[in-house]
Amino acid sequence: MSTATDHRPRLRARRDVVVSLSTVVLLVTCVVAGHLFLDDTALRPNSALRLLPPSIGHPFGTDHLGRDLFTRVVKGLALSLGIGVLTAAISTVISAVLGICAALLGRRVDGVISWLIDLSIGIPHLIFMILLAFTVGGGIPGIVLGIAFTHWMSLALLVRADVKQIRDAEFILVARGLGRSSLFIACRHVLPLVLPQLLVGFVLMFPHVILHEAALTFLGFGFSPQTPAIGILLSEGMPHISSGMWWLAVLPGLALLLLVLGFARLGDRVRTVLDPATSNG
Amino acid sequence: MPRLLLLRVLRLATLLIGVSVLAFALVHNSPIDPIQAYIGANVDITDEQLARLREQWGLDRSPIEQYLAWAREMIQGNFGTSTLYEAPVIDVMGARFGASLALMGVAWTMSGVLGYLLGVTAATHRGRLADRLISWYSYTLSATPTFWLGIVFLVVFSVWLGWFPVGLAGPQGVPAEDVTFAQRLHHFVLPSITLSAVGVANIAMHTREKMTDVLNSDYVAFARARGESDWQIFRNHGFRNSVVPAVTLQFAYFAELFGGSVLAETVFSYPGLGSTLTEAALGGDVPLLLGIVLVSAVFVFTGNLIADVVNAAIDPRIRSRA
Repeated sequence: MSTATDHRPRLRARRDVVVSLSTVVLLVTCVVAGHLFLDDTALRPNSALRLLPPSIGHPFGTDHLGRDLFTRVVKGLALSLGIGVLTAAISTVISAVLGICAALLGRRVDGVISWLIDLSIGIPHLIFMILLAFTVGGGIPGIVLGIAFTHWMSLALLVRADVKQIRDAEFILVARGLGRSSLFIACRHVLPLVLPQLLVGFVLMFPHVILHEAALTFLGFGFSPQTPAIGILLSEGMPHISSGMWWLAVLPGLALLLLVLGFARLGDRVRTVLDPATSNG
Repeated sequence: MPRLLLLRVLRLATLLIGVSVLAFALVHNSPIDPIQAYIGANVDITDEQLARLREQWGLDRSPIEQYLAWAREMIQGNFGTSTLYEAPVIDVMGARFGASLALMGVAWTMSGVLGYLLGVTAATHRGRLADRLISWYSYTLSATPTFWLGIVFLVVFSVWLGWFPVGLAGPQGVPAEDVTFAQRLHHFVLPSITLSAVGVANIAMHTREKMTDVLNSDYVAFARARGESDWQIFRNHGFRNSVVPAVTLQFAYFAELFGGSVLAETVFSYPGLGSTLTEAALGGDVPLLLGIVLVSAVFVFTGNLIADVVNAAIDPRIRSRA
């Protein structure tokens, strides 16, 4: 229980956000810089450098074709980030549109949308993604559509609940009385109010999206084997672990874990600051 | 209560129809021609035979007619013939369902019990070392790719320590019926631990929050003032209030559990439904793919239904609302 004048928890929460935001920005900058400036010659197959353990010259070792694993991992993380931003953005837009529609357009629309939410929650995500990748034929469209269509539900529920609370507020009733359309009200009055929620939702979605892309690619439904995606690196490393080449399978996953952890932390802390109900820790 | 149950079951039926339409539509629009996938590399087939196959499979009719015909067969329990295994889909799934169920059942129970206990421990030691460790563990595990955790376990326990074999439900080269129970168990440990370790995170974090709310409540403060010990407070107030959300959450976790088992089974080449699903989708085996998708949907919807019913049975507020 904090008194009205005790701002310390709030300030600490804000400081935490700044810390994790800087960590994420630093990580992303490193990955993007590495993607742009790392020497591509390290990616050429070189039979003299096959399966070397980690060393100063090759911090993550080399793979079965003699390519530098560190360079490949950085390229893979850059790919994960790109897919993550694109997919989480699409998913956030779906949540916003469906959540606002469910709350503003009356019972029947609400019923249909909540049925759709139940349906999408019911199919195991990975299985829906595999099915969609099967239809679209894998590659980037399959990944993006599959992941975007399976991550919008919880955010849509939150948006719907938020909008339901303000739906009968005076300023909305006045707007309706003035003959404004639902579309106008949604864009002009509702959207700005749920924007923080959407932003947090976007950041919280990011880790899941990246993890699912890696899983899908690992199973063989995502990126093609020529792409240095993390999932590809791991599935290529799998056959070599029984002969002791642990770095091939362990290090790419560890790098991905750090990136995902950074975003998960950031999302949680931003949510804590924006939602005072959870900031009692 | 019966009314609630009926409503839920009806909803489940509409959801299942929804899934079947969706799955059928997706597969129907895939670039893979089922006939082509079926005949494979067999080039001796004549155009006439192709046309007859097309007719036999009903591919010359409209999509809606095809769906209805397919749904009618499904309801009668006829899932078609797997093109990869050249056996009825129902047999292929039946042989693997048990293996998957055992894996998921053990992981579900272990992660539920362990997760709940860790969550309670964290809440009662809030801010102290135990809480920090548990929170850190849950946090890290929820950011860990399931399949990568499996790979790390393989590297550590199978390759370095040599405690466990590198995959499959039994030793390689031994016929399935000759595999002993002990060998089976030996191959079962790592996949189930992987799946459990991932599942713990979710439930531990939720129980920690729930339990903290309970411990900060006025009625617990009053109980403490009456002189109840920590154990009495847990037994009389904490347990009942925190175990229901935990059970509900665990039933609602079926979808992720199934997804996780696809990954764990693939990493450990464990012959369950999940690894077969991957095979079916990569090999263009449409009947098998559709069969497993439907089975998984039934599985998950049932889990969600149980979660709802358990919630309603225990919490009178939800019961009266329905």
